[in-house]
Amino acid sequence: MAVYLLCLVLFSLGIYCILRKRNIIKIIVGVIIAEYAVNLFFILVAYRMGGRSPILSEGATIKNMVDPLPQALVLTSIVIGLATTALLVAIAMKIYEKYGTFDITKIKELKG
Amino acid sequence: MVELYILLIFMIVGAIIAIEVKDLLSSVVAVGAVGLALSIVFLVLKAPDVAITQLVVELLCLIILIRATLKRDLPFSTSGRWFLNTMITIGFIIVLLLVAAKSFTDLPPFGFPIMRVASHYLNNGLSQTGASNIVSAVILDYRAYDTLGEATVLFTAVIGVLAIVRRIGRKKVGEKVKEEDE
Repeated sequence: MAVYLLCLVLFSLGIYCILRKRNIIKIIVGVIIAEYAVNLFFILVAYRMGGRSPILSEGATIKNMVDPLPQALVLTSIVIGLATTALLVAIAMKIYEKYGTFDITKIKELKG
Repeated sequence: MVELYILLIFMIVGAIIAIEVKDLLSSVVAVGAVGLALSIVFLVLKAPDVAITQLVVELLCLIILIRATLKRDLPFSTSGRWFLNTMITIGFIIVLLLVAAKSFTDLPPFGFPIMRVASHYLNNGLSQTGASNIVSAVILDYRAYDTLGEATVLFTAVIGVLAIVRRIGRKKVGEKVKEEDE
């Protein structure tokens, strides 16, 4: 259970970074950290004590394998995370180009 | 399981450094360290496919972020409503932790998953799909529509990036094109 709590601490750090920081790059860093924590939580739930990786081979007992289903879903989630990060960074660079700053409190004038 | 705790504490320390350091490039590099430690954690937790994907994605993510932060450092602004903002944030996190601590009691204990669906995949995966790697059997056969949706999301995000980064309109005669896209 302590492992889950450490994972939750990592998620809370990400949430703190998203809510509290004013730099856009720092906010993206917070999103990335929270995403890592969620992926890690799924893999932690899938772990079986003393298990093997879910790859069949000669003479392997099926009983002792870890759960393959969360691993497959996390595999999908990691790639989508990369795509969303690229989109966030593209928007941040466009904002920097337009306003000359990464500070979200300075971006007030929504001139056309 | 000692190495798992050591790696998790390393990840938390790396995340704190990434959040609190003032230099943006150092922050991005610290996030890279967290991601690489996460890849080793996946290996420890017996998920080699996820570990390989995490390694590749982490390097690409680091390259994109470094490209965004290069030569664009700026000082931090700490002005205005510091106390209120911090209190609201900490209050939100405390509520989140309370709800999570309540819901953690319903989870199966660490190391003993339920595996109701997964046992079917493990028992029949080889005979039904012919793949010896059960993870690839799940993503490419049992849940192939999920992978199709993933590809759709990926291409949508790529189209979004191209639409944002692209410059519209003709450039003037004397204007130079800045090298500014990813």
